[in-house]
Amino acid sequence: MAKIRTATILTALIKRDLSVAMRQRSDLLNPIIFLLVVITLFPLGVGPEPEILGRIAPGVIWVSALLSALLGLERLFRDDFRDGALEQMLLLPVATEWAIVGKIFVHWLLSAAPLLILAPLLALLLNLPQEAWFTLWMTLLLGTPVLSSVGAIGVALTVSLNKGGALLSLLLLPLLVPLLIFATAAIETAASGLPALGPLAFMGAILVLTTTLSPFAVHAALRVSVN
Amino acid sequence: MAGLLSAQQVTSVRGERTLFKALSLSLNCGELCQVVGPNGAGKSSFLRICAGLLPLQQGEIQYQGESIEQCRTAYHQDLLFIGHKAGVKPELTAIENLMFFAQAQGQPFEEPPYDVLATVGLVGLEDIPAQQLSAGQQRRIALARLWCSSAKIWILDEPFTSLDTAGIELLHGRFDEHLQQGGAVLMTSHQALSQLKGAVSQIVLEYQH
Amino acid sequence: MWRWLHPYAKPEATFRLNQKLLPWFAVPGIIVLAVGIIWGLAFAPADYQQGDSYRIIFTHVPAAMWSMGFYVGMAIAALIAIVWQIRTAEWAILAIAPVGAVLTFISLFTGAVWGKPMWGTWWEWDARLTSQLILFFLYLGVLALYAAFEDERTGAKAAGILALIGVVNIPIIHYSVYWWNTLHQQSTITQAITRLERPSIADEMLWPLLTCILGFLLVSSALVIMRLNNEILKREIRRPWAQQELTGHTAEGGQS
Repeated sequence: MAKIRTATILTALIKRDLSVAMRQRSDLLNPIIFLLVVITLFPLGVGPEPEILGRIAPGVIWVSALLSALLGLERLFRDDFRDGALEQMLLLPVATEWAIVGKIFVHWLLSAAPLLILAPLLALLLNLPQEAWFTLWMTLLLGTPVLSSVGAIGVALTVSLNKGGALLSLLLLPLLVPLLIFATAAIETAASGLPALGPLAFMGAILVLTTTLSPFAVHAALRVSVN
Repeated sequence: MAGLLSAQQVTSVRGERTLFKALSLSLNCGELCQVVGPNGAGKSSFLRICAGLLPLQQGEIQYQGESIEQCRTAYHQDLLFIGHKAGVKPELTAIENLMFFAQAQGQPFEEPPYDVLATVGLVGLEDIPAQQLSAGQQRRIALARLWCSSAKIWILDEPFTSLDTAGIELLHGRFDEHLQQGGAVLMTSHQALSQLKGAVSQIVLEYQH
Repeated sequence: MWRWLHPYAKPEATFRLNQKLLPWFAVPGIIVLAVGIIWGLAFAPADYQQGDSYRIIFTHVPAAMWSMGFYVGMAIAALIAIVWQIRTAEWAILAIAPVGAVLTFISLFTGAVWGKPMWGTWWEWDARLTSQLILFFLYLGVLALYAAFEDERTGAKAAGILALIGVVNIPIIHYSVYWWNTLHQQSTITQAITRLERPSIADEMLWPLLTCILGFLLVSSALVIMRLNNEILKREIRRPWAQQELTGHTAEGGQS
C-alpha cells in the first residue's frame, strides 16, 4: 500500500516537472547550444589540423560538456525554491530522498537526452576516430547521471543564495575531476583501438556510488537551505 | 490528553537572536489557533517548525501524541501547509497545479476539478498559466487546496494576503466548515477572526530584543 | 560519544579547554619546529644527487601531509556539527579551513620551487602536485560557500556538508589523479624522481623531517585553537561569561 503511494506521488512529481520544463524549452536548449558553440571555438583557437583535433577531442568534448552542464544545473531547484514548491516537496508524505531522486531523474532526462543525440555531431566536428564514437556515447551515458546527481548537491547548497553561477562551478568542478579523467581515458583508449572496459567500469562504479549517496546529501543540503 | 497537534517548550534562535522561548501549544480537533505578534517576532518560524520544515532546536512537536520526527509520513499526510510562497508553479495552469497538489497528497481527482476552481472564483481562468494571473488569483489557486484535501491539520501562513473582501469571507466560511468537520487550523494573520463560530485561541508573540 | 562530547557543546567549556590546551601546543610547537628546521637546513647532510635543493622537503612534506590531515579533521568537525547540531563544531570547521588551505598553498608553492631545480620547470603535472592543487580548490570551495551566506550558521552548516562530501571524494580524486598520471607519463624525469624518492631515506635526513612534521602539526593546531577561541568570543560576545573573560583579561593585563 505505502509503496504504491510513493510511486503515484513520484509519478505526479515527475509529470509536473516535465510539463514545467516543456513550457520553458529555451532553458533546456541553451546549454546544448552553448556546448556546440564552445566546440566550434576550439578548431578556431588551436587550428583545424585533423590530427591535433582528434587528439584533443575527448578532453574538449568532456570539458565543454561539464561546463554546459553547470549552466543548466540551477534549474533543478532554483525555481522551486522561489515559488515555494521546494517547501511543498519537503512536506510530501514520502521519504524526501525519493522525491529528490525524481527531480534528479527529470533533470538528467532533459539535459542528457540532447547531449546523447548530439554526441556523434560533436565527434564529427572534432575528428574523433570512429572507433571511439561508441565509447564517447557510453561515457556520456554513464557520466551524465553523475553530473546531475553531484550537481544536485551543489545546487541544493547554493539555492538560497542569489549568486549561483561561479560559486557553483567552484564547488562542483573539483568533485567532478575523477569523472573527467575516466571518461577521457576511456575515449582515448578506444581511439587507439584498445578495449576501454576498464575506465568504463570505474565510471559505472562512480555512477552507482553517486546516485545512491547523493539523495541523502541533497536532502541534508536542502534542509539547510530552506529556512 | 494528547491533542491532535501539540508543541512543548519550543525555542527558536535565529542567528544571535532568540525569537521565542519555551512556547507551548495544544490544538485539538475543531480548534483554531491564531498566532499573532509584530513583524519579525517569529510567527512564520513557529509555523514552519510545527510543520517540520525547520529543525527543532529545543522542545518537541507531537502529532497525536507522537513526535513528528517519528511519524513524519503519517503527519505530512494529514497536514496541509501553505506558506508565504505557496508552491504554485507559474508555468502551469490553475487546473494543472491543483491536480498535482491533489495527487501529491495521495487523493487524485478522477476528472479535472473545475467545480473547486469555481468555488474559489476562478471561473474562466482554469487554463491560463498561473503567471498571467494576479497575485490574488494565484493565492486563490493555492487556497483551492483547502477545498479538496482531507488533511485534518491546516497550517497557514498569512492566508488572507492579497485576497479581496469576498475572498476573505469565503475563507472564513471554509474555516468554519473545516472546524465543524473536526479539523484544526494553526495560522498567522493580522486580521481579527471574530466572525468564526468555532473555538478560537490566540498565541501572542512579543518581539524579543 | 555523545556523553563525551556533550560538555563541549557549551562554547564556554570549549573555550576554557582550549585556553588550557593552547600553551601545550604553541610552546612545544615553536620549539620543535625551530629545532627541526635548523636541523634540516643547517646540519642534515646534502643529498648526493640533488645537493642542497632537496632541503625544501622539510617544509614541503609536512605541509602536504597536514593539508590532507586537516581536511579530514575539518570533515570530522562537520560530521559532529551535522549529526549533533553542536555550534562549537560548526565554528571548528571555519577555524580549520583557512589553516588547511594555507598548508595546501605552502605545499604547492614549495613544490613549485622545488620543481625548478629538479625538473627545470616551475610546474609539472605530477600526480602529487595535481591532487594537491585539487585539494586546494576543495578548501577554497568550502571557504567560498561559507562566505556566500549572510547567516553564519547556515553558511557553516552548508560548508560542513560540502566538507563531508569532499572527504568522501578525496580518495577517489587521489586515486584517479595517480591513475591519470601513469597513463600520461611522458617525461622520464618524473619517473626517475618518483623512483628516487621511494628508496629509504637516510636516517640523518629522516629525523629532522619527522621533527618538522611534528612541529608543523603542533603549530598548525595551535593556530586552529586560537582561531576557534577567537570565533567563540566573537559569537558569544554578549554573553556574561565572555564579558567576564574579556574584562578579566584586561584587568590582569593592567596589573602586570
